[in-house]
Amino acid sequence: MFKIVKREEMTAGSVILNEIEAPAIARKAQPGQFVILKANEDGERIPLTMAETNPDQGTITVIYMVVGKSTALFKTLQVGDSYQDVIGPLGKPTHVEKVGTVVCVGGGTGVAVLHPITRALKDIGNNVICIIGARSQDLLIMEDHMRAASHDLRVCTDDGSYGHHGFVTDVLKQVMETEDVKQVVAIGPVPMMKFVAEITKEKEVPTIVSLNPIMVDGTGMCGGCRVSIAGENKFACVDGPEFDGHQVDYDELMQRLQAYCEDEQACMDGDCLIRS
Amino acid sequence: MKETKASKGKKATIPRQPMPAQDSDVRRRNFDEVPLGYTPETARAEAARCLQCRKPACVEGCPVGVDIPAFIHLIKEGDFTGAIRNIWGKNALPAVCGRVCPQEIQCEGVCILAKKGDPVAIGHLERFAADYERLNGSGELPPRAEPTGKKVAVVGSGPSGLTVAGDLVQKGHDVTVLEAFHKPGGVLVYGIPEFRLPKEIVAQEINFLERQGARVECNQVVGRTVSIEELFAEGYQAVYLGVGAGLPRFLNIPGENLIGILSANEYLTRANLMKAYLFPKVDTPIPRGKHVVVLGAGNVAMDSARTAMRLGAESVKIVYRRSREEMPARAEEIHHAEEEGIEFFLLTNPTKYIGDEKGRLTGMECLRMELGEPDDSGRRRPVPVDSSEFAMDCDLAIVAVGSGANPLLTQSTPDLELNKWEYIEADPETGKTSMRGVWAGGDIVTGAATVILAMGAGRKAADSMHKYLTWGW
Repeated sequence: MFKIVKREEMTAGSVILNEIEAPAIARKAQPGQFVILKANEDGERIPLTMAETNPDQGTITVIYMVVGKSTALFKTLQVGDSYQDVIGPLGKPTHVEKVGTVVCVGGGTGVAVLHPITRALKDIGNNVICIIGARSQDLLIMEDHMRAASHDLRVCTDDGSYGHHGFVTDVLKQVMETEDVKQVVAIGPVPMMKFVAEITKEKEVPTIVSLNPIMVDGTGMCGGCRVSIAGENKFACVDGPEFDGHQVDYDELMQRLQAYCEDEQACMDGDCLIRS
Repeated sequence: MKETKASKGKKATIPRQPMPAQDSDVRRRNFDEVPLGYTPETARAEAARCLQCRKPACVEGCPVGVDIPAFIHLIKEGDFTGAIRNIWGKNALPAVCGRVCPQEIQCEGVCILAKKGDPVAIGHLERFAADYERLNGSGELPPRAEPTGKKVAVVGSGPSGLTVAGDLVQKGHDVTVLEAFHKPGGVLVYGIPEFRLPKEIVAQEINFLERQGARVECNQVVGRTVSIEELFAEGYQAVYLGVGAGLPRFLNIPGENLIGILSANEYLTRANLMKAYLFPKVDTPIPRGKHVVVLGAGNVAMDSARTAMRLGAESVKIVYRRSREEMPARAEEIHHAEEEGIEFFLLTNPTKYIGDEKGRLTGMECLRMELGEPDDSGRRRPVPVDSSEFAMDCDLAIVAVGSGANPLLTQSTPDLELNKWEYIEADPETGKTSMRGVWAGGDIVTGAATVILAMGAGRKAADSMHKYLTWGW
């Protein structure tokens, strides 16, 4: 059992932070890696990239958005409650290198995943510019953390309720015009990563994206997480989750993420949530 | 008592006792076990058919060398407890093997009675002895040697890992089994369906091992959560790698990433390990196809096809590029699948998946094949028939064309020598790898094979590990 030692609702009921006791994972985890969580006996295995690890305390932190049946169940877990299973660290760690100026682009809960990577890029000596965004101010997370982890933080909201009125991609374009950007890391909703990659491809700036397709085991065994990278099938769980952003077939990934949409819908509308 | 020729002749005239089974019309829509098992009476009648050969071919035919005539004799005498104890001497998982071994190419295939008629139903009798003990036995544990204080890590809790753990714990070693999934059992739990191997039986086998003193730790992805070097640093003196093959193969034909195409690994893991057939009562969904195509014709393909039928499919087709003779599945599985209404499209090769604008599978294009000259595998190579293209409607395709070597553990262990297919190099007699103190066996050494062959490899490795722990490398 993996006890929740800290819980925070980061936005009004839809984005939740859990700090979880998992000493063996905390000891090994590196930025960019993920865990699989399962709430209870009948639960689904849900992959989430870690936002933070604390080897001394033996804890890991995940931040998730409540989007379906399983995350709705996670949301009911309080401090002192436990996940039945936490498996990891899985996936390859981020390759962190000193290259000069790096732009980290985060959207939605992708910001949480981006945080440890941003910090690692800064720690190794890069000039880190960070652009984070959300649909509106109340959905924006980890602004202070990201400010501390970067040299320059730009914030945007789709509705203009805070920071720059517009998309992260608008700001990215501006930054790329004025700065000598050597690398971009983009983590967020698939369309955001797709558009970031389109912009950086034009300027031939190497771009890393972190993918979160549907998966079951997270160890390369099921192949459910296969993604097309430069026309070749890769498994996000063992070959990723990070890939060259210019090689990803985003449209296929977006379609594949819809595979169980109807099942989820049926559950969310039906009785399933009542038990929680 | 010496058998006379006359009495042997009489024995041979007793017909093979049929295995009672759920009616095919009923079982094709439920997940309960299909064969129902012998009663003590039918078991004793079947046991009486055994000729008790002086040089029993069946024992030679068994990968772990179970003393088949001896346990069958005990069943005939009504000493069911004696029978199971006899089997345990060679086979730690008889309830499993009685159900999933390909007996027709092993013990039963070489039974002397098979020359003129039906062989003794060795598998059914093994199953009977194990089930009888589970349901009626005393729960008495096999004898265990004095503790040696030596720590052993077994990586993977499938058939080979469980065999190693069982053998070494009985020899007094301190055994810990590390499983990557949240539940132990490996392929017995995630791969083989409930209707063929009830999970309760696997759970009981694991419990049996734990009662003997082995520890089972789940959620341990060796290679990620902990490395082999770290296991040695933690004080383990010997490590067995029985992690399975575990990398699904796809056909690599156009359209394979459409929604509705799953590896059999994924499909069966969802259905078996995650119990997705109970969705939405449990949280893991599974695609329920109306018209399902299963690519491949091994046991995994049969399991997938029969699962799809139980999940409510209107039609389920096995599509296989070779002919019936080359189908690798167990005879009983093919027979059961046919009884349940699974259609067989043999000498048929899929060339392309077809999808709609939402990226969902709607059909497949196939070619008819015919058999040509033998290929490297000794089987006649299927070659396409000119202009034989045809389309097949389907909304779910399950790819069951075998597995490759999962690189997760081996990539993080550079000292481990691999062969050209990236399976672990291990001595076939001892299971020793290129790393001192590390053994390997099962599918990660041989490529995808059977439960019993993995157990055979585990048995040999356990002997070698015991020697090492006693006398050194």
